[in-house]
Amino acid sequence: MSTITIIKKGLEIKLNGEAEKTITEVNTKSVALKPTDFTGVFPKLLVKEGDMVKIGSPIFFDKYRDNIVFTSPISGVVSEIKRGAKRKLLEVRIESDSKNEGIDFGKGNPATMDRESVIEKLLKSGLWSLIKQRPFSVIANPEDKPKAVYISGFDNGPLAPDYDFILHGKGDDFQTGLDALSKISKGKVNLNIHAELTKTKVLLNSRAVKLNTFQGKFPSGMIGPQIAAIDPINKGEIVWVVNPQDVLTIGQLFKEGKINSEKIIAVAGSEVLKPRYIKTTYGACIADFLADNVKDGDKRYISGSPLTGAKIEAKGYLGAYDHLVTVLPEGNEPSFLGWIMPNFDKFSFYRTMFSWLTPNKKYSLNTNMNGGERAFVMTGKFEKVFPFDIYPMQLIKAVMAENIDLMEELGIYEVEAEDFALIEFISTSKIEIQSIIANGLEFLRKELS
Amino acid sequence: MKALNNYLDKIRPNFQKGGKYQYLHSTFDAFDTFLFVPGHVTQKGSHIRDGIDLKRTMFTVVIAVMPALLFGMWNVGYQHFLNLGETASFWETFFYGLLKVLPLVIVSYVAGLGIEFIFAQLRGHDVNEGFLVSGILIPLIVPVSTPLWMVAVATIFAVIIGKEVFGGTGMNMVNPAILARAFLFFAYPSNMSGDKVWIAEQVDGTSGATPLGHLLTATEKADLNAIPSVLDSFLGTIPGSVGETSTLAILIGGMILLLTGVASWRVMVSVFAGGFLMGSLFNVIGANVYMTLPAVYHLVLGGFAFGAVFMATDPVTAAQTNTGKYIYGFLIGLMAVLIRVVNPAYPEGMMLAILLLNVFAPLIDHFVVAANIKRRKKRLSQLAAL
Repeated sequence: MSTITIIKKGLEIKLNGEAEKTITEVNTKSVALKPTDFTGVFPKLLVKEGDMVKIGSPIFFDKYRDNIVFTSPISGVVSEIKRGAKRKLLEVRIESDSKNEGIDFGKGNPATMDRESVIEKLLKSGLWSLIKQRPFSVIANPEDKPKAVYISGFDNGPLAPDYDFILHGKGDDFQTGLDALSKISKGKVNLNIHAELTKTKVLLNSRAVKLNTFQGKFPSGMIGPQIAAIDPINKGEIVWVVNPQDVLTIGQLFKEGKINSEKIIAVAGSEVLKPRYIKTTYGACIADFLADNVKDGDKRYISGSPLTGAKIEAKGYLGAYDHLVTVLPEGNEPSFLGWIMPNFDKFSFYRTMFSWLTPNKKYSLNTNMNGGERAFVMTGKFEKVFPFDIYPMQLIKAVMAENIDLMEELGIYEVEAEDFALIEFISTSKIEIQSIIANGLEFLRKELS
Repeated sequence: MKALNNYLDKIRPNFQKGGKYQYLHSTFDAFDTFLFVPGHVTQKGSHIRDGIDLKRTMFTVVIAVMPALLFGMWNVGYQHFLNLGETASFWETFFYGLLKVLPLVIVSYVAGLGIEFIFAQLRGHDVNEGFLVSGILIPLIVPVSTPLWMVAVATIFAVIIGKEVFGGTGMNMVNPAILARAFLFFAYPSNMSGDKVWIAEQVDGTSGATPLGHLLTATEKADLNAIPSVLDSFLGTIPGSVGETSTLAILIGGMILLLTGVASWRVMVSVFAGGFLMGSLFNVIGANVYMTLPAVYHLVLGGFAFGAVFMATDPVTAAQTNTGKYIYGFLIGLMAVLIRVVNPAYPEGMMLAILLLNVFAPLIDHFVVAANIKRRKKRLSQLAAL
């Protein structure tokens, strides 16, 4: 086994309601494609309400890059096109007709195909959108030659899905996906695994990739710290990142010739009655499997992780890149003298509270801010949960000041908003730091284009 | 509690936009959030948040100051009765001090928080909790006989000039509590030094000079015998500013700060290291009597320990980078002893050393961060060379 990269900095947040390792299959009645899931995409619709679509039918494309199309994960009818302020396209909803008719994109072995036709197939099927670029977290540009492709084979965040479990027994499809990525990146695929958590042969025996072994607590499973530890992104460089389950979907496209839009997601959180894994579809309506599986009371539905996910409605839809739905209690109750109480039910990175005395306790954290917004006061804490060779506070302030030169000098290209999730969590100032970084990256992307 | 919360909910609209007491919004908010951590929820990004907030952080410092404050109260009484030549019970001694010190605390809080509320109101901000700490530190670093109006003037000066003009809590260049002390020192020197100010209601004709005062005038080796033993200085049964005399009580507070992680151990340890090294260096030189003072004395006399534990560690005015913190702390310790021994005009060097390094902290950080930037640029240029 090769050398192990140890990521020491970080914080483990133990939450109640981890998904039990059983898979329940649920019929998807309705899905939605949300253009807002894709940074920088300006959607141009190709369908109207009432149109019949098949699996793989194009629904919309990006106005600025018209080869990037987004396709339907199910067959059925376009039931609603939801728009927001200024007619911004929010959702394209599709009702299933349960026929599962799919467009045939043709089978092929990516290992023997040429690069152009692999890219062509991915673009046509809409699965190209599963490949994201860093920096800026946008969909990769097929014309680019990335420095490397990274796949994080494990997620050790709070309530995170276990990819060992999801990928179990699908080694062939996964390998085909890796072959496709290897072809389009000219063999620069990095698969990152955990020294103890990763046990499945699907990952351990994958061929033609560079296996990087990591050890350490969260966020060692996030792709940002992994890339920073292997080979940080310099100015002007581009890397591509893909989620392991999306690699599987790409592999299935080449094996079967059709899109297999099945997706296994974890349904977790303290407000879920039976936290478990659900076999559903890309973009599925969460009510299909959550409506009768949650506790009473005010709840927060999150597509994605409690640290980085998006808030959705009880009848909302799974985000394009999410493999987890979290349900947490809303924390909209004021707490009397809450700032001075012992608060044994709250978790803290700091020792002014008592959670450090019970390191194995699991918490049912709610969405309360636990305090008002204040100026940055504490120093030296962010660094402890931020496994990058970057001064986080200085970078945040450079972003707030929109000082592009300083942002570049301090390493803005090495990070994405999600890498600041733990910093946002532990911040005593209760400032929305992920939003600051996301806006800063967006500002930078527009300035550079 | 429910009733109280309902009442607050009922009157809250009066203080919100369009309400009749809209101009008191920040004030209401300060009391409201003091009683109840609001039910505000996250919107995006991290949906769950750490249980801590700035109130709790600041309050931890206030708790950590308590041993020094309580001991200070007792010592005020002890020095008083010692000076009179009387003996008093523990409680008599303590209550005497309590009555002398409490007005200082109240005046400092009322003056400082008054300014904080006014500025929060004017800016439409929430009231930041920074002054919870400054307000308790100020009375602890002045002589007990300081007139109350002086405390008020100094506090107001420090909060406005030291903090609010820079944008309030989190933006200040220098530690407001130290600035208040410096203001008093330069504006009213006769009330801040000498041998008449350290003991409440001193008997005429007796001397109540602090050990540092003695040292400045020491000319012969024998003069060193006049200063208290290291143990007395460590325990704190010596004249001095209210809360600074007992190194023991301060270190108990320091332990609280370090255990909770609120203060930086890097700063604290390096201040003591800097002071001790400079003191030892003077011992080696030994050009005058003061220089021969054993280095450990420097750490237990005057405001050194108090400054190291409660003042230098202020996260806003200290260096922000970890490497910077070592340099910053070390230089504070070094400068404090240097000023004490070499500059005869200032018996106490800690105050000036902290002020000086507060101003230089951003520069220290600049060089530390520049090293990181340089490393990144080097990586890029190596890549270009390939």
